Amino acid sequence: MTGTPTRTRREERVLELIETARAKRPRFRDDHITLAHGAGGKATQTLIEGLLVPAFGGGALEQLGDAGRVSLGEDAPAVVMTSDSFVVSPLRFPGGSIGELAVNGTVNDLAMAGARASALTVSLILEEGLEADTLRGEIEAIAAAAREASAEIVGGDTKVVQRGLADGMYICTTGVGAVDPRARLAPQQLRAGDRIIVSGPIAEHGTAIMLARGQFELDAEIESDTCCLWPAVDALLDAAGRDLHCLRDATRGGVASVLNELARASRVGVLVREAEVPVHPVVAAAAELLGIDPMYVANEGRLVAVVAPAAQEDALAALRGVPGCEQAAVIGEVTVEPPGMVLVATAFGGRRVMDQLVGDPLPRIC
Amino acid sequence: MRFVDEYRDAALGRALAGEILAAVDPARHYKVMEVCGGHTHSIYKYGVDDLLPDNVELVHGPGCPVCVIPMGRVDDGIAVAGEAKVILTCFGDMLRVPGSRQTLLEAKAEGADVRMVYSPLDALRIARENPDREVVFFAIGFETTAPSTALTLKRAKRERIPNFSCICNHVTIVPPLRALLESPDLRLDGFLGPGHVCTVVGARPLRFIPADYGRPVVVSGFEPLDILQSILMILRQLGDGRAEVENQYRRVVPDEGNLRALEVMAEVFELRPHFEWRGLGFISQSALRLSEAYADFDAERRFSTPGVRVADPKACQCGEVLKGVIKPWECKVFGTGCTPEHAIGTCMVSPEGACAAYYNFGRYARHKEAV
Repeated sequence: MTGTPTRTRREERVLELIETARAKRPRFRDDHITLAHGAGGKATQTLIEGLLVPAFGGGALEQLGDAGRVSLGEDAPAVVMTSDSFVVSPLRFPGGSIGELAVNGTVNDLAMAGARASALTVSLILEEGLEADTLRGEIEAIAAAAREASAEIVGGDTKVVQRGLADGMYICTTGVGAVDPRARLAPQQLRAGDRIIVSGPIAEHGTAIMLARGQFELDAEIESDTCCLWPAVDALLDAAGRDLHCLRDATRGGVASVLNELARASRVGVLVREAEVPVHPVVAAAAELLGIDPMYVANEGRLVAVVAPAAQEDALAALRGVPGCEQAAVIGEVTVEPPGMVLVATAFGGRRVMDQLVGDPLPRIC
Repeated sequence: MRFVDEYRDAALGRALAGEILAAVDPARHYKVMEVCGGHTHSIYKYGVDDLLPDNVELVHGPGCPVCVIPMGRVDDGIAVAGEAKVILTCFGDMLRVPGSRQTLLEAKAEGADVRMVYSPLDALRIARENPDREVVFFAIGFETTAPSTALTLKRAKRERIPNFSCICNHVTIVPPLRALLESPDLRLDGFLGPGHVCTVVGARPLRFIPADYGRPVVVSGFEPLDILQSILMILRQLGDGRAEVENQYRRVVPDEGNLRALEVMAEVFELRPHFEWRGLGFISQSALRLSEAYADFDAERRFSTPGVRVADPKACQCGEVLKGVIKPWECKVFGTGCTPEHAIGTCMVSPEGACAAYYNFGRYARHKEAV
């Protein structure tokens, strides 16, 4: 640095000012909801932490987990509960459909809390004019996915709205499950040295959806990764037990957003080695053409696991034994510095910060 | 990926980094400006600056086409988007650029029909498919994107598509560079020339930089090896006491440029007498508007736009940051009036701008220095 000592002090002061501003709980001050509020990045965080959490208050919600713990009395087993809504367009896409997604999404959120889904409720919001055969297909998909996850559908609701008020159909599912006694999972549990594992090639769901919308005139054989993640969680709990520190499914916002959340929650750094991240060549090519980073693209059947270094080999071997997770890989590790940030060692040999998304991943013009 | 991975080879990168280290004078500090936002993006994406010696500093230039659009122009776009029957189309990264009151993304949330397109031809297709609507393309970019806008307008004219028009914000790269170079407090030693712009205009228009200002220019490709090699070429010129235009990106950039693209541009566009740049103020003959022959497609004539100049806050020092005179944190409004969430100047608007990068990652940079 060329700065004089006074400058350095001033620079320190400016950095501290920014630090204080960033550490504050975000305040929700927008005049309108924009698509950025739904993209899983900073705007979503502001909406949740600045409006929802303060209003709904304390307790399990403060954990900001995928699923929340329910207290049913002191002697009752630990139960978690979650809900998820699905508004995907198109309704059917290579590798899956909205019905399958709606079940897997909720089942996976429970699995990330260490719980196998026991029961689900399903609410359907249908648009006037929806073809009955489309609906039949999705109901069958819901039933099949629930069977696959061994979860019983115990209730639900149907509403029909006027044409134009919903994009064919929306689905909301709610699920409950008992926490597995082997599980000791929390986003605050990351420790320096822990290994970061992904359960398979990333960014396939988001890429399949983008291409299925047809707006890019790109053809590629890529299928959504949507699947039930409980078998993977079961295998990890068996192999690593309490050395399994945290699980997250890398849905909206992708692996990058998950790692940023965890780094913030545990006040640790995360270093990702880009060359180790499994990405299907077709996904890599599509991302290259569209100017999008696969690390920010949604997955619906991939998890991020954080394990103690001693359990790395066992966890990886167990995971690779689960169908669909054959390409699971260690992609990085937890570091002491810099707290709250995710760094990437690029395949080219440099380093960069992998920040939270500010809004939707918008393509660049140059 | 073939033809891509070859330019991202880590071993070759390390070898080039070694050559760069050997080429620098350890007693000297080098400031090299990468003119184009595409270079900034690559440098950031691959961590190219991590491979450079501490005394070689990269300064992000004015070549990010979205960040240089002033608030008043964004306001014009939002005003047109708010008119009945209008579908406003633009490139994705334009959506988040702040106007005086809001961004196009926020205008969309309030009900304006704003759509993202990948190509101006997509905008023309939307016009064909929606004959009862007015489709306006908010055109931005340097000479890189101007030819595709020009071709689209030619096609619209040939096909007589009455409901298509264009708000032209195309800018040219030479005038802002000259403005930077004219500044008496300039601290830049050399320039990475904008490879994509030069694909269209050729390398010749950059000759004034060594000729008039004695600074070396190397027209550079966008892969990390391209950038490292170009930096090495600049450092060698400086070491030899040479200042000339060299073309590292020969596989794409012909010296004379793309004559057909230039022809189409000359037919469709004409120079504006002056144009305002966010953070840099008015620069004469630095932007394009539609020529008389294409007046019918000029959205600025078809619609009434406020056309109000919204002054950059006086305290904004983007110009000085761009010239390498001050660091982002030395700007009066940095981190207080100007933050990534509420950006004032061009350097904060783009996540890759010098100020946004420093705001988000300054702490990390400090950590890196401590190691």
